[in-house]
Amino acid sequence: MSIDKFLNQSSCAWMSADGPQSDIVLTSRIRLARNLKDYLYPTMFSAKDAQEIVNKVEEVISRLSDDSPLKGVEMIRMNTLDPLQKQVLVEKHLISPHLAEESPNGACLITDNEEISIMVNEEDHIRIQCITSGLQLNNALDIAFSVDDQLEEHLDYAFNEVRGYLTSCPTNVGTGMRASVMMHLPGLVMTRQINQVLPSLNQLGIAVRGIYGEGSEAIGNIFQISNQITLGKSENDIIMDLTTIVEQIIEQERTARQQIKNTAGVQLEDRIFRSLGVLMNSRIIESKEAAQCISDVRLGIDLGYIDNISATVLNELMILTQPGILQQQAGKTLRPFDRDVRRATLIRERIRMGDHA
Amino acid sequence: MICQECQKRPATMHFTKIINGEKTEFHLCEVCAQGKGNLFMSSFESPSLTINNLLAGFFNVNPNYQDTHPLSSSQTLHCNQCGMTFEQFLEVGKFGCAHCYEAFADQLTPVLKRIHGGNWKHSGKIPNRSGGVLHLRKKISILKETLQNLVAKEEFEKAAEVRDEIRMYERMLQEGEDFDVH
Repeated sequence: MSIDKFLNQSSCAWMSADGPQSDIVLTSRIRLARNLKDYLYPTMFSAKDAQEIVNKVEEVISRLSDDSPLKGVEMIRMNTLDPLQKQVLVEKHLISPHLAEESPNGACLITDNEEISIMVNEEDHIRIQCITSGLQLNNALDIAFSVDDQLEEHLDYAFNEVRGYLTSCPTNVGTGMRASVMMHLPGLVMTRQINQVLPSLNQLGIAVRGIYGEGSEAIGNIFQISNQITLGKSENDIIMDLTTIVEQIIEQERTARQQIKNTAGVQLEDRIFRSLGVLMNSRIIESKEAAQCISDVRLGIDLGYIDNISATVLNELMILTQPGILQQQAGKTLRPFDRDVRRATLIRERIRMGDHA
Repeated sequence: MICQECQKRPATMHFTKIINGEKTEFHLCEVCAQGKGNLFMSSFESPSLTINNLLAGFFNVNPNYQDTHPLSSSQTLHCNQCGMTFEQFLEVGKFGCAHCYEAFADQLTPVLKRIHGGNWKHSGKIPNRSGGVLHLRKKISILKETLQNLVAKEEFEKAAEVRDEIRMYERMLQEGEDFDVH
């Protein structure tokens, strides 16, 4: 069954950290919201409608040509998954918490390398998502557009000349596109410059969130930066503006890192190696401490202090040390204490294995 | 580059504001950008608010809306496709179907402007099939822009070619034929 693959697969395409600027930008993500013209939206539709939509999308996928990345991808219906399985998909950023918790008639399609996923009956009928490594929103947009075109060949979208793609929520109308970039910004956090950067971003129509989107806290110095405006600008302009801003943040982050290295080099080195010590030796570790130590070690790699651990291993650990995935791999629900023990074991083993896992 | 506002500090924030095709560029330092914040994004001052609160807020604080649509008439306002009332929409912050966009059209433009930094009209991708003649219109408007540029540069030969192309597409548009213009 295809769901097992995603539950057990520890690595995926974006974790390779081979994209541009991937020392600071972990992923670039594009999400397109689309709806079908002839069906009521998820706030109003019946269960029967919802099932029909899932079947319709499933049928379209089966008709795609052989060169489509979605060819042969299996539809996973939410009502066939247990809560833990759904949590794993959320923790891997393959589906949203909304689809997992509030969409009984929802479904999803995920490609083998976890680069493209499609959510059906979330807030909109269809949400196409593409995740790539590093800063390459253009590339992610090309892939998302190509999936969009393939679906549109067989589906009648709700679209209007003036308002564009008619989404369920007026905050997404127009392009229906959310472009977001996941950034690791320890330098700006340590120098407290982040407190100036974040408010100015909000004022530019850019939203900043923690790693799990809306309402989540920025753990492990990871921030998600995305466009707010979806109407009145073309997809390419939105991406260009966002990329320009992200490039400026990257520059500020690099400067901050250099500043810390110049003024407090020994203290920084000490902190990085202590964190490495914790990851390599602890027997009990909470997720927040793990995230902070992973962030320190990642910075250590970027600054050239550590050279025997790869960013890929850290990307994997960032995802694998989350509660749902730990429990899934244990094959049972675990008390928080048992999770912390398992997490510590996993981290020690994974670091020792290195890239040849 | 120096900040265009204070003319002192270096400009570290560069952005373009486009409202209905009108493009304005800003090069500001952080201090001035913060001060200008409200001008650019009045709708995102309070990130802790939920979208529903924000939406309801947009309707209530908008004086135009209060004047032209007193509460009594908005109570009965509803979408005849899905049955969602305007009140319901304000409560959930989500539409019930594609037709809601037409049913609540009058109320919607000011809200969309507030959410989307002054914008109310789509200028992005057009679906291949459902887009129909929109592709032709978009193509024509791009060509017209090209034509103006060519005339300005006095490249009349090329301009004539573009003009003929525009005429061809306009004829196609009149005939309402569903040509694929990619």
